[in-house]
Parts: sequence; C-alpha cells; structure tokens
Amino acid sequence: MITLTDFLIVSASLFCIGLYMIITKHNAIQILIGIELMLNAAILNLVAFGKFDKIANGGQIFALFAIVLAAATTAVALAIILNIYKKYKTIDPGKIDGLKD
Amino acid sequence: MNVAQILFYVMAFVVVASALFVASSKNLVRSIFMFFITLFGLAGLYVLALADFVAVTQIVIYVGGVLVLILFAFMLSGKETLDVLAQQKGKFISVGKLPALLLASLFFVVMVNVVLKTDVNNLPWIKQVTAANAAIKPTDLMVDNIGINLMTRYLLPFEAISILLMMALVGAAHLARKERGAI
Repeated sequence: MITLTDFLIVSASLFCIGLYMIITKHNAIQILIGIELMLNAAILNLVAFGKFDKIANGGQIFALFAIVLAAATTAVALAIILNIYKKYKTIDPGKIDGLKD
Repeated sequence: MNVAQILFYVMAFVVVASALFVASSKNLVRSIFMFFITLFGLAGLYVLALADFVAVTQIVIYVGGVLVLILFAFMLSGKETLDVLAQQKGKFISVGKLPALLLASLFFVVMVNVVLKTDVNNLPWIKQVTAANAAIKPTDLMVDNIGINLMTRYLLPFEAISILLMMALVGAAHLARKERGAI
C-alpha cells in the first residue's frame, strides 16, 4: 500500500530542489526549469490527495488546471527571455539592471 | 511489498535523482534532457496515484509542449547562454552556493516535519473516505467522471482558465513579435 506520506515526501524534495535551482542558477532558462519543478511538486500533491475524492474529482481537475497554467506561464516567460536576450545579449538575471530608458 | 509499491519507489528514486542531476548539471542541454526524465517519472507517479488522465495530460503538455518550447528558446538565445554557464565554476557544493543549499535543506526538513506531524494518513476526511470504501480503486474508470465534472461542477474555473490561456498566448505572441524601435 502506497501511503499519502510517501507522495508528500517526494513532492517536498522536488520542491526543495526547485527552490535551490531558483536561488543559485545564473541562467533564466534554468530558473524557469526550477519553477517548473516546484509546480510539479504542487501538482503531485493535488493528484495524491485527489485519490480520495472520487465523486467531485477536485484534486485531479485542479491538477489539470495547474498543468495548463504552467504551460501558459512558460510561453510568456520564454517570450520575455527572448526579448531580454535581444536587448541585453545575456540572460543572467543578475546582469539585467537597466530599465527602459 | 507488492509490485505497485516497488514501482513507486523506483519512480520516486528516478524522479528525485534526475531532478538532482538537473539542479547540479553544468550543461544546460543535458539538464533540459534530464528534465524529460523527471517529467516522465512524475507521470508514472501520477499513474500510481490512480490519475491516468492527468498522467497522459502531463506527458502531452509538459513533454510535448513546455520542454519543446524551452529547447526552442535555448536554441534561439544562442551561444551566449553557454558562456554564462561556463562562468559558473566549482562543484555542486561550493561556498557561494552554501546559503542556498542550507536554505533548501532546512526548508526540506521543515516540510517533512509538517507532513509527519500532520499524519496525513489519519486525517478525519481521509479516514472517513477509506472507511466508506470510497477512494478511487485501480479498476475504476475516472475519465468520464472527470469530463462530466469539468462541464458541470467546475465550469466556472474551466472558463476562467480558458480566457487566461487565450490572454497568455496573445501576450506571448505580442512579446515575441519582431518590432522596429522600442520593445
């Protein structure tokens, strides 16, 4: 029997790996991957609890919503990253320090 | 120790190990391709949590959409990103990364503590569901139920998310447009 605690601990470790990536990386794409890891940890929690909700299916449906939101986030974030690359010729968030004018 | 449990531990190991590799790898391409493995492992975990439809959606949207987008952006942003990566010297654990490592591991300890203290397996509503034998069983087919719920109980969030998705796509297209002059 796979218990809920196992799922939650896997998801906690994924979340912390994502947090570590967001703090340390010097590359906007890698930071984006860290955010995706954290989102996936949240989705894993939703799905694990959704097993106990057979009638309303709240967990699974909101997991689907979260996946769609993650896709939308990625599309916008990558468009922003490409624009930043065009303007600054780097995607290190530490080096992007200018406003529009 | 049945097959499902062994599979769960294998999947959990694959997910966590590949995520650690993604976090520690110097090579961006390698870490992106390792992220594929993480996402596939997560889809496997969703199957073991008896959410087949979410697992398939995860593969279609994440592996088919998000990762291809990330690879696309990486290839468009060219050689400079690799130069940024080359500047990061040192091993996985270096002095500059120590605070982040400390923060992440302390956060992990806190979260595991919270999970263990809450004792999620004995929460009242979960006990109630288990006692009534109403949890999802491996033989149940949930896809039709998800579809019906999506169009009745969760119609408002569904519409809201569709509008948000459209706005995000229009915004992304606008941002990525080639333009003379100002951005």
